[in-house]
Amino acid sequence: MKISYNWINEYLDLNVSPADLAEKIERTSVEVDGVTQPSAGLKKIVVGHVLSVEMHPDSDHLHICQIDVGEDEPLQIVCGAPNIAKDQNVIVALPGSRIAGNVKIKKSKMRGVPSAGMVCALQEIGFSEDVVPKEYVDGIYVLPADATPGDEVYDYLGMNDSLIDLDVTPNRGDMLSLNGTLHDLAAIYDQPVELDQPNVKESGAAIDSELTLHVDADLAPQYRMRLVKQVKIAPSPMWLQIRLWNAGYRPINNVVDITNYIMLKYGQPLHAFDYDKFDGQDVYVRTATAGEPLTTLDEGEHELTDQDIVIADSNRPIGLAGVMGGLDAAITNQTKTVAIEAAVFEHDHIRKAAQRHNLHTDASQRFERGVNQAGVQDALDAAAQLMNELADGAVQTGTAVGSDNEPEPAVITISMGHINAVLGTDLTQAQVIHILQSLEFTVMAEGDTLTVTVPVRRNDIHIPADLLEEVARIYGYDELPTTLPTGRMTMGTLTTAQKLMRATRHSLEGLGLNQAISYALTTEDKAKMFTMQASEITKLAWPMSVDHAVLRMNVITGLLDDIAYNTARKVKDVALYEQGRVFYREDGNDRPSEEEHIAGVITGTLMPAGWNQPAQAVDFFQMKGIVEAYLQDMAVNGDVSFVANSEMPEMHPGRTADVLVHGHRIGFIGQVHPSIAKQFKIGATYVFELNLQAIIDMPKQENQYDLISRYPAITRDIAMLVSDETTNEEIMALIDKRGGAYLQSVKLFDVYDGVKVPKGKKSLAYTLTYQDKQGTLVDDKVNQAFDKVTQRLEDDLDAEIR
Amino acid sequence: MSLKDKLDELQQRGLAEIKKSNDLKDVNQVRVSLLGKKGPITEVLRGMRDLNADERPKVGAFANKVRDELTAALEQRREELERAVLNARLAKEAIDVTLPGTPVAKGEPHVIQQIIDQIEDLFLGMGYQVLNGPEVEEDKYNFEMMNLPKNHPARDMQDTFYITKEILMRTQTSPMQARTLEKHDFSQGPLKMISPGVVYRRDTDDPTHSHQFHQVEGLVIDKHVTMADLKGTLQVLAHELFGDKFDVRLRPSYFPFTEPSVEADITCFNCGGKGCGVCKNTGWIEVLGAGMVHPNVLKMAGVDPDVYGGFAFGVGPDRFAMLKYGVDDIRNFYLNDVRFLKQFTKKG
Repeated sequence: MKISYNWINEYLDLNVSPADLAEKIERTSVEVDGVTQPSAGLKKIVVGHVLSVEMHPDSDHLHICQIDVGEDEPLQIVCGAPNIAKDQNVIVALPGSRIAGNVKIKKSKMRGVPSAGMVCALQEIGFSEDVVPKEYVDGIYVLPADATPGDEVYDYLGMNDSLIDLDVTPNRGDMLSLNGTLHDLAAIYDQPVELDQPNVKESGAAIDSELTLHVDADLAPQYRMRLVKQVKIAPSPMWLQIRLWNAGYRPINNVVDITNYIMLKYGQPLHAFDYDKFDGQDVYVRTATAGEPLTTLDEGEHELTDQDIVIADSNRPIGLAGVMGGLDAAITNQTKTVAIEAAVFEHDHIRKAAQRHNLHTDASQRFERGVNQAGVQDALDAAAQLMNELADGAVQTGTAVGSDNEPEPAVITISMGHINAVLGTDLTQAQVIHILQSLEFTVMAEGDTLTVTVPVRRNDIHIPADLLEEVARIYGYDELPTTLPTGRMTMGTLTTAQKLMRATRHSLEGLGLNQAISYALTTEDKAKMFTMQASEITKLAWPMSVDHAVLRMNVITGLLDDIAYNTARKVKDVALYEQGRVFYREDGNDRPSEEEHIAGVITGTLMPAGWNQPAQAVDFFQMKGIVEAYLQDMAVNGDVSFVANSEMPEMHPGRTADVLVHGHRIGFIGQVHPSIAKQFKIGATYVFELNLQAIIDMPKQENQYDLISRYPAITRDIAMLVSDETTNEEIMALIDKRGGAYLQSVKLFDVYDGVKVPKGKKSLAYTLTYQDKQGTLVDDKVNQAFDKVTQRLEDDLDAEIR
Repeated sequence: MSLKDKLDELQQRGLAEIKKSNDLKDVNQVRVSLLGKKGPITEVLRGMRDLNADERPKVGAFANKVRDELTAALEQRREELERAVLNARLAKEAIDVTLPGTPVAKGEPHVIQQIIDQIEDLFLGMGYQVLNGPEVEEDKYNFEMMNLPKNHPARDMQDTFYITKEILMRTQTSPMQARTLEKHDFSQGPLKMISPGVVYRRDTDDPTHSHQFHQVEGLVIDKHVTMADLKGTLQVLAHELFGDKFDVRLRPSYFPFTEPSVEADITCFNCGGKGCGVCKNTGWIEVLGAGMVHPNVLKMAGVDPDVYGGFAFGVGPDRFAMLKYGVDDIRNFYLNDVRFLKQFTKKG
């Protein structure tokens, strides 16, 4: 809500600049989105009196005008506006002036005729088109007849005012009005404030004879109407138009403007109906029947539901309660009798109706947050009074009341001890009472206890904590001391799982992968890829886009999306890992279970080419080395093995392995299937994904000192031809098992299946290292052990030792 | 010519030859020719037999001296030449030290992770636990126990990805606070926790909105926790993340789960508080929301609000990273452009 600095100053003697006031409001009550002064940036824009208007000889729409701008000679200005006429007072941008958007106006010629400046429309001096009175939207604006030529126009148009844009939080509905703001400022600046009391002059018959209200008080706890007869619809006076457009409302006519003005002042939305359009004298506040049609003021057509509250005559709905009036009973230039409605509607219904019909109006916003339920009659009276004063209306005697359930003020007790204990302050009772009284709360003190009665308009205050906030903010958050919690010591430690997740990240970063954080919401198609266990998908009920509609069941596809993003931007080498959750759901459960996973992807090369080394494209074994090193870092207690898996549809059937720890599958590694890679528009990519939760849960090895032998080691190399089907793992296992007590390690150092090797065979070569920790090994012992292994390789694996 | 003269002459000649020798081979030849078994010195010494007993020791001593000096000279020459050879080789081995170093595969933590770790470490040091909760939550924990009943208008403030009516993607990490509050045994001491993690909002992705982002929420509940403690804690956090010269100020705000509720601003790091475009000329930048835990939240978790109370705060690491590094598009955090990820590697 935009609140006028000048309007505030009519009631309070603040003596602060608009910027300082805004700062104070922001720090004490609600957020401020900005302060604007409509005239800021404008220069040399004055009142001009049109002395004559002639048609431009070479144009069918331009006029040549002689305009008195308070100088000795009139200015000749060429103007294209259709509504310019002799004797008008208009807005003139003089030569050298600045209009909206910092546009400079210079002397010029228009189709050969000199033009010294410009006659302006309101939009051209910065007005939003939404607030310009309809009759001036397509032309220049006409100033009041008593404006003095040569004067700057700003004061005539209220443009020297400053407007403070309040971003009111949902609890502070009271701040959506001048009066509510004044109450708060009175407390902040510790000044009394005197608000206007309406004084309505009634005449004519008692309203009861012309209007009967039938109100469901559950839907509308308060519902009141007044009747004003013989109104003369006309434009509002300037002061009222200025109030409205500065607050962001378009002036329409005196009756409608008065309802908007009263809403701005009191926070009470009002609605003006054309009483003569009612079918009969009965007005109903009821729920709509499903399917009932209503055309609202904005000409929107709505099909109502039985959850909507409507205002209806005996025949049909004439308004969507608390949201917008109906077109049928709208005020027009022909309106003679106005029924003014002031009500309180049940906020939940209003909120839902506004959502359902996508009609978020200033009225619905206020009803949702709650209006001042003790001020409904005041607002109604003030509107009636203005309709009498500004539209010559005759206010009928009395108010028709359909429901009248005004709530009791909240009474809250709070102790001084509690206030200081929660705020960490040493406030005295006198200080606290003063603050609460400045907010116009009534306070009774009894010993340490305060009994506080809160005005109905502050519908956000119900419990002692609410009072704490009032005390704290008016006292000033800056005045609070700055301390840290004391009390019993607590230990701050990460859990085992958290430590392992950190270790995981550090390990993989050390191994060259960059941490990625991808989207966990993905497409159904991607969610189902690379899955490690059977699961139902989990869908969002109302996704924002198909790209983010289903919860992931793998981490890899997100990383492949990342690679695709990089690839599309010519970044060829990408090495990423991600630690995050996947979501598995069992049929029949609404809620999925969450499992921590760790996944890695590499495309291109991990080690880019340098001047001294060629690039080495990533392959299976590089990724495997990373996974092995990682699992070693995590110290899983159990043999890690890799078992070929040709069954995963998204993976290369010949270059994929399951990763097993102690025989349990914890994940997989390999190359993404080329057709899947193509689908993602990426090149050859190697990936792994492991169940991190499983790794967390596994038993771990401890670091332990192992004696480093002082005695020399002896090595023996062995090369052998074996069948293609024989795996390295089988050979290693056999050597390990049969290698004897002194065998320390076995290392594969060559694999060859080139031309010199018979078909169906491959050559593998290993170095066996022997060492005795207790003494020097003799060759004989090594030879014996080595011969034994050689023999077993020949016997068991049909190896041909070379 | 006396033996002594011969020796003198030998020494002079020897030294001259040594001086002339140009490589190790020469030096060796000179050594053999002078000091070898068939060399002149040996020969001279052989002639000592003919000397009388008086002279023999003198000449012997002199001969030894000549031999030692020549040996030393040879050794010195050899070292000189060896050094020259080494120097020549080293000169040949010289490289252009300005050529680039060999690339190393080095991975980096994500910038959001860095900020989360930093926050975690700070609060661990102050005795807080770190608790990670489920990302798919029940409406009950995400909203209802946070004092946001089903029809609460503030639910519009955070549009939610629902899975069913009761199951949703958490919109905040505070459900973990409710879960922990329910279980905490206050006889064992206060509850001090932070809950970092991913959260989801039903937003269209654009430079300032992301349907997925991060939050770290903190909670302290004990018998005597004050709003001043909250202020101090936020100040420590701001100092840790941005630096000591940053001030924190509190402004009133509204959250259903806290009362009083505040927003915390820190001094604008772009202008140091003077006012600039980044802070819209206020000198302050809004960084987080906080407040004293609403009694309803405590009650719903089975904690007596007349005995216990405390504060809660929530910070957005994404927003912090955007502010701290001037990142202009939140989507950068989730697209994982390597050129972006590699920008946040400075650890010193």
